[in-house]
Amino acid sequence: MPATPETILGVFAHVDTTVRALEELKAKGYHDLTVYTPVPVHEIEEVVERDRPVSRVRIFTLLGGLTGLASAWILTAWTSLKWNLVVGGKPPIGFPVSPPYIIIMFELMILFGGIATLIGMVMLGRLPKFRPSPSYDSRFTNDRFGVAVHCAAERAGSVREILRAAGAEEVRA
Amino acid sequence: MSASESRPPAPIAGGAHAMGPTYADVNRDVLATLRVPGNLYFAWMCVVGLLLTCGILAWTYQIFMGMGAAGKRTPQMWAMYITTFVFWIGIGHAGTLISAVLYLFRARWRTSIYRAAEAMTIFAVLTAGLFPMIHAGRMWFAYFLLPYPNQRFLWPNFKSPLVWDVFAISTYLSISTVFFIVGLVPDIAALRDASTGWRRRLFGLLALGWEGSDRQWRHYRRAYGLFAALATPLVLSVHSVVSWDFAMALVPGWHSTLFAPFFVDGAIFSGFAMVLVLALPMRHFFHLHAYIRDRHLDAMAKLILVTGLVLTYFYICELFTSWYSGDHIEKASLFWRLSGTYWWTLFTMYFCNCVSPLILFSKKARTNPVILYVVSILVLIGMWFERFNIIVPSLGHDFYPYTWGIYVPTITDSTIIVGSFAWFFILFLGFIKVMPSLSIVEVKETLPAPIKDTRHAGHP
Repeated sequence: MPATPETILGVFAHVDTTVRALEELKAKGYHDLTVYTPVPVHEIEEVVERDRPVSRVRIFTLLGGLTGLASAWILTAWTSLKWNLVVGGKPPIGFPVSPPYIIIMFELMILFGGIATLIGMVMLGRLPKFRPSPSYDSRFTNDRFGVAVHCAAERAGSVREILRAAGAEEVRA
Repeated sequence: MSASESRPPAPIAGGAHAMGPTYADVNRDVLATLRVPGNLYFAWMCVVGLLLTCGILAWTYQIFMGMGAAGKRTPQMWAMYITTFVFWIGIGHAGTLISAVLYLFRARWRTSIYRAAEAMTIFAVLTAGLFPMIHAGRMWFAYFLLPYPNQRFLWPNFKSPLVWDVFAISTYLSISTVFFIVGLVPDIAALRDASTGWRRRLFGLLALGWEGSDRQWRHYRRAYGLFAALATPLVLSVHSVVSWDFAMALVPGWHSTLFAPFFVDGAIFSGFAMVLVLALPMRHFFHLHAYIRDRHLDAMAKLILVTGLVLTYFYICELFTSWYSGDHIEKASLFWRLSGTYWWTLFTMYFCNCVSPLILFSKKARTNPVILYVVSILVLIGMWFERFNIIVPSLGHDFYPYTWGIYVPTITDSTIIVGSFAWFFILFLGFIKVMPSLSIVEVKETLPAPIKDTRHAGHP
C-alpha cells in the first residue's frame, strides 16, 4: 500500500447492492476490504470468502481436544500408579487405557477443545477490541451493511464512484 | 434506552411489513423486552424471592440441625435431593439440544427460542449444582469434590461414577456457558449501539468491541459450528454419566444397561416441557408472537410427543427386563414398586409422562398455549416423579429385608426443593430483563435478507 492510505466507507441497505459493490471492487483490484454485516449473510460471505482459506479456528479445537485427551490419560494413569489400589478386581491401569478412564478423557477432551476454540475465536477475530474502528457505524448491528475500502488516497475518487454506482445510500471517508 | 435510532425508516419497511418483521423490527422488538418492567414482574419477583428466602432458611436449619432434619435415615440417604439434582440436570438438556444439535441439523425454527433455552440450561445446571452441596450435609467441605490428592497422595478414584459425574457436569456447565456467552456477544453489540451513557460503556465492554466485520464473523461462524459439534456428544454423555451413578451400582432397579438412553430421552422430554413453560409466558408478555410462532410451538410439542412415546417404550422395556431377568430380587423390587408404599408415585408418573402427552397428537392441541402449558407442567411433575421412583423405592427395597425402609419427606427438605425452583426462576426472571432473551442475530438470519431488486425492478 502507498504511503497515505485512506478508508472509504459505503453504507448499504440491501444485500444485493452490497454484493454488487464487492464484486465490482474485487474486479477492479481492491482487495483490502472490511465488510460489516448485522448477521452473516450467505451471499456476502460467498464473495468475501471466495479467495480465502477456511478459518484456522479448527486447528485450535483440534489441539485443545488432543491436549485434553492426553492430559486426562496422564492424570488418571499417573494417579493410579501412585497407589496401586485394585478397584473392582481390575489392575490399576489397563493398556492402553482402563475403560472407566475413557469417560474422564472424553470430558476433558470436550472441555479443553471448547476452551481452545474460544481462545482461537477471540485471538483470530482480534478481540477484545477496546476502540471502535474508524470506519465502524452503529447501524451495522441493526439493519445496514458496510463496505470499507482501504486504498491509496489518490484512488479514493474512483472507489467512491464504484460504491455509489453499486447503490450505496451513503458514502463517506 | 431508545430502541429505534433517530434515522429515517428503512425504505423497504412499509412493503416488507406484510412479509414479516424486518431487521430493524427485530432490534426494536428485542430491545423492547428490556424496558423497565411493570408491577406484574416485580410481583413475581417478590413471590419467587420469598420462596427462595424460605429455601435458604430451610437449608440453614438443616446445616444447624444435621441431615436428620431432611428425613435422611438408612437406607434412604439419597431421597429428594438427588431426585431433584437429576431433575435439574435433565432440564438443562433441552437447551443444549436446541442450541447445538438442532444447529447442526439446520432446524431453523430453533432460532427464536434458543437463547431462552440456553439460559435455561445454565440456570438449571447451576440449580442442580447446589444439590451435591446441600446433600453433602457438611457443605463447607464441598471442595472435597475437586479432583486433588489428600496428604498421603491418594487421589480420587477415577473409576467411580460419582467422580465421572463431577467431570461431566463441570464440563457441561463450562461449555454451555461458553456457548451462551459467545452467542450473546453480537447481540450485546447491538444493545451497545442502541443505548447511551453508562449502559453503552458497560455493553461495549461486554461486547468485546464486536463490530460484525467479515474477519470477526468468519472466525465466529467457524467457532460456533465447532462448539455445536463439541456440545452434541457432550449433552448425550452428561445424562448418560448421571445415569451411571445408578446403573453402575448393584441395587435392584438401578443395575440396568437401559439407563443411559432412558435418562437422555427423559432429559430431553422434561427439558422441552420447561422450555415451553418459560417460552409461552415470554411470548405472551413480551408480545413476541411474530417470532415465537405457532409453528415453533408445534415443533416443540412434536418433540415432546416423540420423546414421550420413546419414554413409554423404555418404561415397558424396564418392566419387561425385570420380569424376564428371572432374578428374584429384581422381580421383588419391581413388584414392591408397583404395589408398595410408593405405588401412587409410579402411577402419577405413568399418567403424566405416557398419557398426558398423547393429546399432542392433535394439531389443535399442539398450537394451543393453554393445553401446551398444562401438558408441560404435567410432564415436569411426571419427570420429577420418575427420578423419585428410580431412587426411593429402589433403595427402600433391596437385597435384605433388614435393610428395607421408607422415606417420608420433611418440611425442611421440601422447602429446600421449592427454594431450588425459586432460585432457578429468579435467575431466569433476572436474565430476561438484562440480556436479550431472543437472539437478535439468529432471528435475523432466518428472515429474508433485504433485497432491492425484487421490488424495484429496473431501478438503477
